[in-house]
Amino acid sequence: MRGIEAVIGLEVHAQLKTKTKMFCGCPNSFGQELNTFTCPVCLGLPGALPVLNAKAVELAVRLGLALNCRVHERSLFARKNYFYPDLPKGYQITQYDSPLCTGGYLDVEAGGETRRIGIRRIHLEEDAGRSLHDEACKRTRIDFNRSGVPLVEIVTEPDISSPEEASAFLKELRSILLHLRVSEGTMEEGTFRCDANVSVRMPGDSTLGVRTELKNMNSFKNVRRALAYEISRQASLLASSRPVVQETLLWSASARRTVPMRSKEESHDYRYFPEPDLPPLLVDRMLIDRVRASMPELPSERRRRFMRQYGLSDYDASQVIATPELADYFEECCSLVDAPTDIAHWITTELVRVMGESGDTPLTTRVRPSMLTALVSLVKAGRLSGLMAKEVLGRMSKTGEDPAAAMEDLGVEQMGDEDEIRAAVRGVIDAHPDEARRYREGKTQLAGFFVGEVMKVTSGRADPKLAIRIVREILDS
Amino acid sequence: MRITEQEVLHVAHLARLSIGGEEAARFRRELGSILEYMDMLSEVDTSGVEPFVCVHEQASATRDDEPAETLPLRLVLAQSPAAGHGAFEVPLVIEEG
Amino acid sequence: MLDKARRFRTEDLSPVDELERLLERCRASDLNAYITLNGDEALDAAEQALQRLDEGDDDPLVGLAIAVKDNICTKGLRTTCASRMLADYVPPYDAHVIRLLRRKNAVIIGKTNMDEFAMGSTTVTSAFGPARNPWDPMRTPGGSSGGSAAAVAAGLCDAALGSDTGGSIRQPASFCGITGLKPTYGSVSRYGLVAFASSLDQIGPMARSARDVAVLFDAIRGHDPRDSTSAEAGCPPIPLEGMDLRGITIGVCRSFFSEGLDRDVERSVRHGLAVFEDLGAKVVDMDLPHLRYSVAAYYLIAPAEASSNLARYDGVRYGLRLCDERDLMEMYLATRSAGFGDEVKRRIMLGTYALSAGYYEAYYHKASQVRTLIAKDLREAFSRCDLLAGPTVPVTAFGLGEMVDDPLSLYLLDIYTIPANLAGIPALSMPCGFDGRGLPIGLQLMAPGHREDVLLGAAMTFQDHTRYHEVRP
Ligand SMILES: [Mg+2]
Ligand SMILES: [Zn+2]
Repeated sequence: MRGIEAVIGLEVHAQLKTKTKMFCGCPNSFGQELNTFTCPVCLGLPGALPVLNAKAVELAVRLGLALNCRVHERSLFARKNYFYPDLPKGYQITQYDSPLCTGGYLDVEAGGETRRIGIRRIHLEEDAGRSLHDEACKRTRIDFNRSGVPLVEIVTEPDISSPEEASAFLKELRSILLHLRVSEGTMEEGTFRCDANVSVRMPGDSTLGVRTELKNMNSFKNVRRALAYEISRQASLLASSRPVVQETLLWSASARRTVPMRSKEESHDYRYFPEPDLPPLLVDRMLIDRVRASMPELPSERRRRFMRQYGLSDYDASQVIATPELADYFEECCSLVDAPTDIAHWITTELVRVMGESGDTPLTTRVRPSMLTALVSLVKAGRLSGLMAKEVLGRMSKTGEDPAAAMEDLGVEQMGDEDEIRAAVRGVIDAHPDEARRYREGKTQLAGFFVGEVMKVTSGRADPKLAIRIVREILDS
Repeated sequence: MRITEQEVLHVAHLARLSIGGEEAARFRRELGSILEYMDMLSEVDTSGVEPFVCVHEQASATRDDEPAETLPLRLVLAQSPAAGHGAFEVPLVIEEG
Repeated sequence: MLDKARRFRTEDLSPVDELERLLERCRASDLNAYITLNGDEALDAAEQALQRLDEGDDDPLVGLAIAVKDNICTKGLRTTCASRMLADYVPPYDAHVIRLLRRKNAVIIGKTNMDEFAMGSTTVTSAFGPARNPWDPMRTPGGSSGGSAAAVAAGLCDAALGSDTGGSIRQPASFCGITGLKPTYGSVSRYGLVAFASSLDQIGPMARSARDVAVLFDAIRGHDPRDSTSAEAGCPPIPLEGMDLRGITIGVCRSFFSEGLDRDVERSVRHGLAVFEDLGAKVVDMDLPHLRYSVAAYYLIAPAEASSNLARYDGVRYGLRLCDERDLMEMYLATRSAGFGDEVKRRIMLGTYALSAGYYEAYYHKASQVRTLIAKDLREAFSRCDLLAGPTVPVTAFGLGEMVDDPLSLYLLDIYTIPANLAGIPALSMPCGFDGRGLPIGLQLMAPGHREDVLLGAAMTFQDHTRYHEVRP
């Protein structure tokens, strides 16, 4: 709705990449048999006590520094009290009025300009278990494998003014989490979750309107859609002078609208108070300095460096740094062969495709960097057409063979011999007299058609550059 | 009276206790007189006084990120009033509106 | 207890026979001191202890029968907290202190009765019926560690573990005429102690004499990485010889001898102070202006923490569950309402209120600030004296039915014991006389943090020169 400003603040929860849970030694991993990664602590058994995972603190400090926050040498844990069957102790251990990090920012690019989004705070907290609802049996089953998994909660200032900006912020944040190796950041699997506070106001109005809290947006697309829906819903209320009710709303992806949360009885009186089982979290300067010194390159820095150092386009550079592993892969390739733009192209299109098919990552794919660069070199030398190279790559990914072996198995080798290609070209021209005539009458774009036919009859083995030269040579003469 | 019956019922609900009418009146009376006694705290000048945090602050109250033993599933579910499918079961929780 | 340890080695006394004799006595006793006796497993442990003795193990605890308050988790042995909520609860792990005792081949003879979830000072709130005072079975043994105190006093064990959040070791020790120590906060691991108020709870030893208490304390203290509040530093080694009291200054808080103090109690405690003076200590009066706010601060902080600590009893993973057919809320309400007794509910309500929106500042926060001032008062006092002394409780053991309808009056009896919990310092109660009815009276000593050596040393010297701790019911 025109003329109305949206004010958006985000709360992001990201699971930290530790080996063990936040307060006990149970493994922090998923996909296991229900309730097998549990112990007295994360089951909330009587008498069990929490002990903080030092690695979780270090990861949160790393993130805080990356987001330009002040990292506090002393912060406090608190209990957030509420009843829910998957919350084993009846409270969540979190940080409340004295969080680990405060007052940072993140610059994001949205709509062609750079916007600075304030980070109000970053704090550590534990995750709850998982509820599995069995509608048929009218039972909810609780799995505590996730209970006690370490999270960081990142809260922005209400500096975001559109769904696009929110989405850009989340993408940049996710990329930072990945590159810092702080979190896996997969929204669909819930390791990266986002809630939003939304209000609207007339332009120039300095007071904030009544805000609603938006939950259950489990993909970037859903964040954009939910925010857009909620902004227009509030705007039309405002336009008709009806009040916005302060409430928690759930985004229903199927209905494509927000619906009020039914559990109204939750009065949101969490009765926070300092966690007596944990002394204050003391992070000394030395640790902060050590984390700062070992800080990996941020994705924005890396992207700029790739553009500068390897001459990549903004777009290619962004694609290559999609994950730190992919960017590392790229750099390893570049150290072997000096063809960065070709390598970037092959990585972001074909390698990503074959990894997608086999379910691999840059670390696990059988196509090692040296093998990919060998393939790219063959293409550049004209010994393989692009089409053949794709086929060869597919085989490499399946068998782990190097390009030469894969080519031999597939029986492909580019025709480098001019006479052989010339014969093929003649054959194609003879078989398509109409097209040949039209070419000669001036429709020279048909050269591409002939090359395509040549590739067909040679099963893609012809060097297309050579083929087009010969096509022109014969038809032009 | 320091506390109203309404508040007694509200607090009971927050604490997931069901309190009948007669009980509510009794709790109101008892809590009321206890809270009245607490009023003496207002005599104390606490301006600038930090709330008590803990007996001894020490730096190393953390552990290394190393896996420890988990509880066998048999023991995890042994005390459960209702277990099924390897999980704890409760009446169906309805989340969405 | 130490005497028995010696006889295990010199007189052919067998821990197995001794245990059987004790178990027999326990079964015959009508004090209701135990909730669960640990029969067969305890006998196995005693057999093992016998073997250790034969091998020449010189740890004093080998083969001794230790009674354990029923809020300390024992693997495979029911741990109820004297609540309907956990009436059938069997922990899958041992508390840290239990691990230590088992390692030393002490024998866990059973789990003792207590106030429900350690909330109370009578052991009347137990879901398993009240424990009784061996000096007069119609009277309370005190609480919340009333079962442990009664068992020690009646000779139903060699020593016991209790827990003390606001006086729960010292008050029953006083009522039952035994010696009980609440150690420095953090000196004994709380891992496996079912939490009542986490910032105040501390496990401690209860026994006939200060020397026995010292031996048991030495066995259970020490840093435990599984308790984040466990102290890295401990107290210096504890002498078993008593100490020279000449040159020691004992402070007496003037306000501890004011309104509400029973005349017999006052007389006996003053007599005890005179004994200390005779032994060469200097006794000086002191003013600790904020101690009079202890009860008010404590009964906001402890219930607040309790309301949160007891939220886990929701019927989902263990313990009682009622009405789980239809609705989750119904299940919560029915389970918690039936599982908790009145006093527990009262404290959950009070604590929930003190933390709830709009009241936090006035109640919890204010109490927490006052706690800082109380700790400061005590710190400053210890810059002028080595120990503080006074009565443990203003009265002696009262009738089982008395004061049950008047929670505030009961709370006010904790006035002398609470300050040590709020400040985290060690404190001890030991017998110093009897009232007109022949009921025991306790004298409390407090020391600076981690100075159990001074506290126990002074108590041993006192007991070397008095016989109150030797009188049996
Ligand atoms: Mg959170
Ligand atoms: Zn665990």
